[in-house]
Amino acid sequence: MSAATMNTEKPLLSVEHLTMRFGGLVANNDVSFEARAGEITALIGPNGAGKTTLFNCVTGFYTPTVGRLTLRHPQGKEFLLERMPGYRIAQLAGVARTFQNIRLFGGMSVLENLIVAQHNKLMRASGFAIAGLLGLPGFRKAEHEAVELAKYWLDRVRLTEFADWEAGNLPYGAQRRLEIARAMCTEPVLLCLDEPAAGLNPRESGELAEILTFIRDVQTPQGHRTGVLLIEHDMSVVMRISDHVVVLDYGRKISDGTPGHVKNDPAVIRAYLGEDEDEALPPEVAADLNLAQKGA
Amino acid sequence: MTTPSHAPSHPHYHINGKRPGVDWAATIKDAGLAAFVALLLTVPLVGLRTVDRPTGLGIEARPEEVIASLVLVFLGRLGLGLIRQGMALPVLILALACAGVGLVLPMPTQVLRLVLVLGGGVIALRAAMTVATGRSKLSQADRDKRMDRFAAKVQHASRYIGPVAVAFAAVLPLTPLADRMILDIGILLLTYIMLGWGLNIVVGLAGLLDLGYVAFYAVGAYSYALLAHYFGLSFWVCLPLAGVLAACSGVLLGFPVLRLRGDYFAIVTLGFGEIIRIILVNWYQFTGGPNGISGIPRPSFFGIADFSRTPAEGMAAFHELFGLEFSPLHRIVFLYYLILALALVVNLFTLRVRKLPLGRAWEALREDDIACASLGINRTNMKLAAFAIAAMFGGFAGSFFATRQGFISPESFTFIESAIILAIVVLGGMGSQIGVVVATLLVIGLPEAFRELADYRMLAFGAGMVVIMLWRPRGLLAHRDPTILLHGGKKKPVPAGAAK
Repeated sequence: MSAATMNTEKPLLSVEHLTMRFGGLVANNDVSFEARAGEITALIGPNGAGKTTLFNCVTGFYTPTVGRLTLRHPQGKEFLLERMPGYRIAQLAGVARTFQNIRLFGGMSVLENLIVAQHNKLMRASGFAIAGLLGLPGFRKAEHEAVELAKYWLDRVRLTEFADWEAGNLPYGAQRRLEIARAMCTEPVLLCLDEPAAGLNPRESGELAEILTFIRDVQTPQGHRTGVLLIEHDMSVVMRISDHVVVLDYGRKISDGTPGHVKNDPAVIRAYLGEDEDEALPPEVAADLNLAQKGA
Repeated sequence: MTTPSHAPSHPHYHINGKRPGVDWAATIKDAGLAAFVALLLTVPLVGLRTVDRPTGLGIEARPEEVIASLVLVFLGRLGLGLIRQGMALPVLILALACAGVGLVLPMPTQVLRLVLVLGGGVIALRAAMTVATGRSKLSQADRDKRMDRFAAKVQHASRYIGPVAVAFAAVLPLTPLADRMILDIGILLLTYIMLGWGLNIVVGLAGLLDLGYVAFYAVGAYSYALLAHYFGLSFWVCLPLAGVLAACSGVLLGFPVLRLRGDYFAIVTLGFGEIIRIILVNWYQFTGGPNGISGIPRPSFFGIADFSRTPAEGMAAFHELFGLEFSPLHRIVFLYYLILALALVVNLFTLRVRKLPLGRAWEALREDDIACASLGINRTNMKLAAFAIAAMFGGFAGSFFATRQGFISPESFTFIESAIILAIVVLGGMGSQIGVVVATLLVIGLPEAFRELADYRMLAFGAGMVVIMLWRPRGLLAHRDPTILLHGGKKKPVPAGAAK
């Protein structure tokens, strides 16, 4: 990951002057930043800073009040995300996401979850169900490929042995991993993760960090690298794996840069710890920061 | 439940001889309380009866019935209390004796006999279950798990039960068993099975609570009736047309409505069902209004031959074509096979589509439609497809209904029909194909079978619904098998270059 060469390329996602208002409430105020392919971009900030709102704008669940969201595919195609309906962003632009409160298809099996993720590809292959109903061979081949892709990601998130389980019966940590695998089965160019480490124990967060760095570093069959956009509260994870951190507070961007830079930014420290800089750090925050420094 | 202190009657107690005594006082008090509640309920419901007198409507008291029901409730509750305290065997014997007495000895009223037999039977069943399992009370979770295992077994067995049932249905008209009544009931059952399977696509797979399914049934029936009436088209031309028109009405309704969710969606579909019926009643010039349409042509034998004794010009007679003796049953048998084939088409479609991306997307929508959007699934199109396809099958069933009856009126398409079809789907277990068949046999078949009981059959129907709600809130056979297996199924060859 040499930052110098990456910076000459155009960024994967550019967020420009994004403002999102709900009535009188300004959730995001003139936020601009960039995320690159093959990098993990972390969005952090105190509770209520507007991280999830920004996420929902990028993934099409909200339409921003003002601003432009541009996604550039490695092949050169550009998509203006704010103008596309929600499902199209996932279907055409290749943006996949996970949710803060896990949203799996609980009554379906783990494998089925991953096959549903490849819906659009399979729907075309099954001739919009007509060829599939007649049992034509084209669909069987496509389904076989879909199962292979699902197997590959099951293997990556170490859920192969649970493939035929009902997704709702998996333990919590496994559900988080499955959600990431499901998002990756859509073969996205940008993966958006909303607090993937929430509720995980330290060992599970470690595994999660491994999965995320793998997704960042691996070359996809299409020959590009996936960009990762991450909202996270667990600072040890953020500081360890992010290449680029954007800090939001009260809907505004207050800092933007490498983890090392952000950590020492007085504006960030003020946002997290309050105005009075002379105040001693609370013990748990100090422990977190130490841990993060050790990890970095 | 005034005896929380009693020890559980575990088998060990019997072995060690440390059987706990029966708390007679509390048990009798409990049974007395139940009898008191029964008194409050039965005095107005059973004890008073309106009679038509020459002077006008009068009220007559029926003390014997009230006393009989009080005694029955008291004894029943006592029996249950004793079963819970480890006296299952004596209760079993007494209850069986009770049922036997009800069956054999003459009774003052038919109702008393029914109550004795049913009550004794239920208590005996309960006691027998206790004796068999050695446990006085299963917890709700235990019972749920047990029923789920049973449902899974049925699901797996349905691979064999299904073909056997289809074969039975196919040969039934050829057996000497098949008289007019059996065939008519068979046609009725198959019609509801087809409607249940059709609605199952929307409710069971896509998870959209449609309370107005009968509207599509009506559109299908009226499409055929009106096309035949105004343009003289035959059944075989109208059947696909009725399906197409019903599917169109499904899309028309679905387009504005599918952005609603949950209860709001259900209410709008309910409204749509009523709107269709009210249009049919009021558009007098076109639909015949409440008088309906009569003289709807009967189906021909695929346009080749007619089933009447003396067919119209240019049409062969079925019995002559096949060299048979004329029988009015021929047409009934043909209708029976027709609806059997239509129902099986719906079933085959559902079984197949579940393994296709379309069906999987429906099930995913049922589970979580926001997650579906995040995976790039066009929710509106998927839901519209479910709606249109289910409507099409409803339309087929409707035009079959029209041609079978020969007469239709808006009376046949009231909300209660929608409710019955939905009850079939929900009772059977949402999404379960065999569940729909079982539920149809229960909901349609049992009331038909017990027609002699007149008004009490609706009482039994209601009681059955309540029992299922209590015991099996997710439906009788609610169990879902994955549509694709990685392990356990057939081993698939592993290709060399897995996705990188």
